Amino acid sequence: MTLQTPTLILAILERDLRLALRHGADTLGSVLFFILAGALFPLALGPSPELLRHMAPGIVWVCALLAALLPLDRLFGSELEDGSLDQLMMTGLPPALIALAKMLAHWLTTGLPLLAAAAPLGIMLGMPSDSLPILLIGLLLGTLILSLIGGMAASVVLGARRGGVLLPLLVLPLTTPALIFGAAALDAAQTGLSWGPDLELLAAFLAAAIPLCPLAAGAGLRAAVE
Amino acid sequence: MENISVFRGERLVLDQVGLALDAGDALLLTGPNGAGKSTLLRVLAGLRKPEGGHVLWSGVDALADRSRHAERVAYLGHQDALKPGLTLLENLMLAARASGGDPYSCMSALNISGLSELPARMLSAGQKRRAALARVLLARAPLWLLDEPSLGLDSNTMGLLETLFRTHREAGGIVIATTHVPLPLPDAKSLALPGLNESDIPQTMEDFPEDDLF
Repeated sequence: MTLQTPTLILAILERDLRLALRHGADTLGSVLFFILAGALFPLALGPSPELLRHMAPGIVWVCALLAALLPLDRLFGSELEDGSLDQLMMTGLPPALIALAKMLAHWLTTGLPLLAAAAPLGIMLGMPSDSLPILLIGLLLGTLILSLIGGMAASVVLGARRGGVLLPLLVLPLTTPALIFGAAALDAAQTGLSWGPDLELLAAFLAAAIPLCPLAAGAGLRAAVE
Repeated sequence: MENISVFRGERLVLDQVGLALDAGDALLLTGPNGAGKSTLLRVLAGLRKPEGGHVLWSGVDALADRSRHAERVAYLGHQDALKPGLTLLENLMLAARASGGDPYSCMSALNISGLSELPARMLSAGQKRRAALARVLLARAPLWLLDEPSLGLDSNTMGLLETLFRTHREAGGIVIATTHVPLPLPDAKSLALPGLNESDIPQTMEDFPEDDLF
């Protein structure tokens, strides 16, 4: 069984990526939301380059956070509705690892495209090119955190009737530390201060989330199929 | 392989139900709607924990390690659990990887090999049911738990089902199925769940003291 575990995780990932490719419009939805929401800020705030450059880190991070929320309620919701969650549980894989595989799938289909779209959005908002690597490193850690915490929250609200409403209320407070450190690292880089500590705190946050979130999500999945 | 399952006291739905099965046995669960047939199957599959009692496999508590128990069980729920966007073959791949079984032979056993490249959304209800049954076969598990397996199947497929049941039981497998119609399971034991008594359900307002209402 232990030999089989990686194969099964890969099989779940492969299945989810295939599904994401078949439903391309759903997959691109969150990236389009990210770009559109980011593009609205220059229209609302006025085209002053100084102001936009100053606000760019916050805008990119908040938009990424909200965009990653969009596909979360379908992450386990669709599996529960059509009975696939029962079948996933019956593969013999521990629920925490099922949750981890689904979280990885969420990152590959949402986090990674957001990461690719973040650089053009940053440039559009006038971010200096030498702070772009810090934006991308920060968002790499940040989107992973979002997938882990988001997946955990999605499994916890799975049985609830107003799950869709509850989900952002659970995820957003838990991800504020990531938002604060990620945007602070960019701010520090733009003002010429040291950005290392902020990114290290972000990485520490991720290191704590990697074991804890799948465990909590696994318990949520068990409760949901009962 | 011997198998003794006893559990008791799923309060409200299942009250002190007990049963024991040996290798090659079959059990039909019958009873009115809402009697708890599906709940009992989910408990036996390890998807649900009973509030009281135990499920024993060869004398050992099966639900102590539910991930291991899952490898012994093939479960067919009342939903077919097929992703409409994936082809039939892709839908079966996860179960094939889990058990190491061959999806092609399982599909031909249920006469759906010709549909393997079709997306599941184009299949009819009966074809989907057959795909779900192919997944049961694919699991290569000794214990089959089937929730109304005959739902939407035509008479030809019922014949296939009879063969599948017979081979599975001759190899020492166990079949537990809920049903409302006769299934091709000769010498099957039968367990009729009584359901709720009418008198247990509060029918009218008079059953409650008036003080509780206001």
